[in-house]
Amino acid sequence: MAKLKQRLLENKLIKWMRGNEKLALLGSLLKDNIRQYGMFMALIIIMIFFYFVTNGISVRPLNINNIILQNAHIIVLAVGMLFVIVTGNIDLSVGSVAAFVGAMIAIFMRRMDIAWYIATLMGIGIGILAGMWNGFWIAFIKIPAFIVTLGGMLIFRGLTLLVLGGQTIGPLSGGFNRISSGFISDPFGGELHWLTLIAGFIASAFVIFSTIKKRRRRIDFNFEVLPIWVSVLVTSLTLIGINLLTYTLAQHRGLPNVSIILFVVIVIYTFISKKTKIGRHMYAVGGNKNAAELSGVNTRKTLFLAYTNMGMLAAFSGIIYAARLNAATPKAGELFELDAIGSVFIGGASMSGGIGTVGGAVIGALVMGVINNGMSLLGLGIDWQQVVKGLVLLMAVWFDIATKNKR
Amino acid sequence: MNNNLILEMKQITKDYPGVRALDQVDIKVKEGEIHALCGENGAGKSTLMKVLSGVIPYGDYDGDIFYEGKRCEFKNVKQSELMGIGIIHQELALIQDLSIAENIFLANEISKRGVIDWDEANRQTIALLKKVGLDEAPEELIKDLSVGKQQLVEIAKALSKDIKLLILDEPTSSLNEEDSQNLLKMIKELKSQGVTSIIISHKLSELEQIGDSLTVLRDGKTVDYLDFKKDEVNEDRIIKAMVGREITNLYPEKSNKIGDILLEVKNWSVDHPLYDRRMADNVSFYVKKGEVVGFAGLMGAGRSELFRSIFGKSFGRNIKGETYINGQRVHLNNVSQAIKHGMAYATEDRKTYGLILIDSIKNNVTLAGLNKVIKRGVIDDNLEVRDSEKQVKALKLKYSDINQDTLNLSGGNQQKVVLSKWMYTAPDILILDEPTRGIDVGAKYEIYQIINQLAEMGKAVIVISSEMPEVIGVSDRVYVMDNAVIKGELTKDNVSQEAIMRTILKKKEEVKVNGETKTTTA
Repeated sequence: MAKLKQRLLENKLIKWMRGNEKLALLGSLLKDNIRQYGMFMALIIIMIFFYFVTNGISVRPLNINNIILQNAHIIVLAVGMLFVIVTGNIDLSVGSVAAFVGAMIAIFMRRMDIAWYIATLMGIGIGILAGMWNGFWIAFIKIPAFIVTLGGMLIFRGLTLLVLGGQTIGPLSGGFNRISSGFISDPFGGELHWLTLIAGFIASAFVIFSTIKKRRRRIDFNFEVLPIWVSVLVTSLTLIGINLLTYTLAQHRGLPNVSIILFVVIVIYTFISKKTKIGRHMYAVGGNKNAAELSGVNTRKTLFLAYTNMGMLAAFSGIIYAARLNAATPKAGELFELDAIGSVFIGGASMSGGIGTVGGAVIGALVMGVINNGMSLLGLGIDWQQVVKGLVLLMAVWFDIATKNKR
Repeated sequence: MNNNLILEMKQITKDYPGVRALDQVDIKVKEGEIHALCGENGAGKSTLMKVLSGVIPYGDYDGDIFYEGKRCEFKNVKQSELMGIGIIHQELALIQDLSIAENIFLANEISKRGVIDWDEANRQTIALLKKVGLDEAPEELIKDLSVGKQQLVEIAKALSKDIKLLILDEPTSSLNEEDSQNLLKMIKELKSQGVTSIIISHKLSELEQIGDSLTVLRDGKTVDYLDFKKDEVNEDRIIKAMVGREITNLYPEKSNKIGDILLEVKNWSVDHPLYDRRMADNVSFYVKKGEVVGFAGLMGAGRSELFRSIFGKSFGRNIKGETYINGQRVHLNNVSQAIKHGMAYATEDRKTYGLILIDSIKNNVTLAGLNKVIKRGVIDDNLEVRDSEKQVKALKLKYSDINQDTLNLSGGNQQKVVLSKWMYTAPDILILDEPTRGIDVGAKYEIYQIINQLAEMGKAVIVISSEMPEVIGVSDRVYVMDNAVIKGELTKDNVSQEAIMRTILKKKEEVKVNGETKTTTA
């Protein structure tokens, strides 16, 4: 009953916004993205919650830095997994592929004395090949993805054990280790990391510039635009968020190298998903494969690319993880696939394909990461973390279904 | 309450976000009659029946339902079923891989001490199938039956639950003439056994044939009630009530100029992808610029399969034959090559093959012609919105937001989205497969107008249709296809329903293709 009332209220709110000419656009934007905004709000609330229960430890510069370092490998995987899930498929092999790539890089560097950057590139190549292997069976031979990647999970885990001989190889070279443990050095020196602050300013300028440009374009096309105060409010909040983050990091050691990798991956893949043909085709294939095919979409190529890309990002994940441990271990990457899949679903993707966003998947990964981190700070172990993570996944999808029924 | 009435629905109102689907609708159905429910697509017929059967539960709508004199509040389908209300949806709800008996007793299994009694189920199934005039074994799998027979199984399933009121949502929309007649006979037979029926249909001639009374809905409101015994009922009056205006001519006037041959297909053959069956056998035909060519025939004649195999080999195997566009031989090995050569194929099955239902109108419209909104590798959002809005407005699509999912559009509007998608690719050759299936009269007229406009622009238009008046009404020339071969070609001067039927019934040996006599083997 309470739920019904709340629904009615939300409906009324959206209706009111749509009725109000100036806010109509905002209403429809909210309606279309209710899931993403909802999860983003949840992330903020979770962060505020941990801020209070940990007496502020959770938002200290060191801890924010840790959250980024501890979750980078999952965020990268979640981005790749988003595309796989959007095409209506799944990839269970990514954890094993990440482990295998880490193991091979370790072998290239330690046993074959190959320079760390060449070894890393070779590792990325291996990831791509592993993705192509999965993609070949799924797209061209048409074996269900669940089966192919379950097989892949075993195959690449087995190969990892094989090449490592069951042993851990480490430490790895310093250059390689810096991928995950290094920071962008500050030419200015001093207490605060000024380069990081400048990066924040540049990002802010870019946000302002692109918001204005987008607005102008819409006006050129005679489309509705948001009331100016809404635009200013949203932009200001975004700017505060960006600069708060860079300021916090600047108080520690600045931007970790990994954050650059993450930033580039997120920006590029958001762009691909929203603005390119191949991105649109992935949504089309997941939405209705038959209709996509009859509209001229090469469904086999699209699927193959989704898996090839997944393989590459699994390699990134394996590299980030091995670099952080400074070692390749046979048990690396275990359960990575489930964290990545969970992140994508928490982020609002649909099990049956065609729906989901890169931003949502990243937020999903961060929700899980922040909960893990906060519980660790409270001294709660992996046992409770798993229970809570499981419940969060369930609640997020429940929320999804509850809001969808309303439409 | 009037005890003569089995059902009375009063002041039913149902809102969807942004749309009022039903607006204080009233409907009365007398016991033992066949009541027809008419209205344009999106008029609210299916929604009304969902309210009645409990698919839309009590509380999600306003208004009252009185059934057999009692006020009812159905919270789910099971409750309405227990009261004797059975519904057969437009899309069949049978499980393809289960047998007839398993489907009929699904969720209603006959069991003894927790174990299903299949002997008893099969015995009852045979009796039920007899009732609907179907002579099949209860063990037969649904997927091995024709669509017409599947429809009869659905009715048998409804009857297994002691149904007093049977609702049929467009039962004949996917049936051929013969199966339709069988089905209508069946419904009359049920009437004599005391079953009341509500039948939703766009085929007005059928309603005249079997109906006792009729309610017309328009834009979610009740606009007319007719008693076939008392009132004078004719197609014109029903159409007028449905669309709110008089349609003087079902087919708009044409002024297209026919030019040179644009598409020519020679000796085309294709096999079914799974079964050892020829779907098109040595078929040859041509279409000229600015010409509308009809492909008449019964369901399953092989017309869709023929054109899907021509359209970038998107159907079948062992494809043989030659395609010429503007006299040039072309090889269309996939759909995108076909699109590049100016071909478009709007499917007969818009939900399975036409639309991405969970995606927006905008994304559906631009899917096949995405290159037009891509600038230097990047999709231009604003351009995409503008182009897609322009395209759907040209077809008078009813929508509230270009970003709304196509799922909630009515059948006619969904069809317009499919047509928009193909028109956006600016094709020279349009293949329209059953373009007006499940669409109301008003929208049909608009689609005919679109076809004429396309022809006037000099495009070659192929219309596949199983409705003979439609093929005759829109085409400049008609090919009659039956059993995988073209059995004859009729021109504007000699085409008629009788001529088409005569051609279909011709023996294969007498088949004439493009003027020369050929003997084809089966």
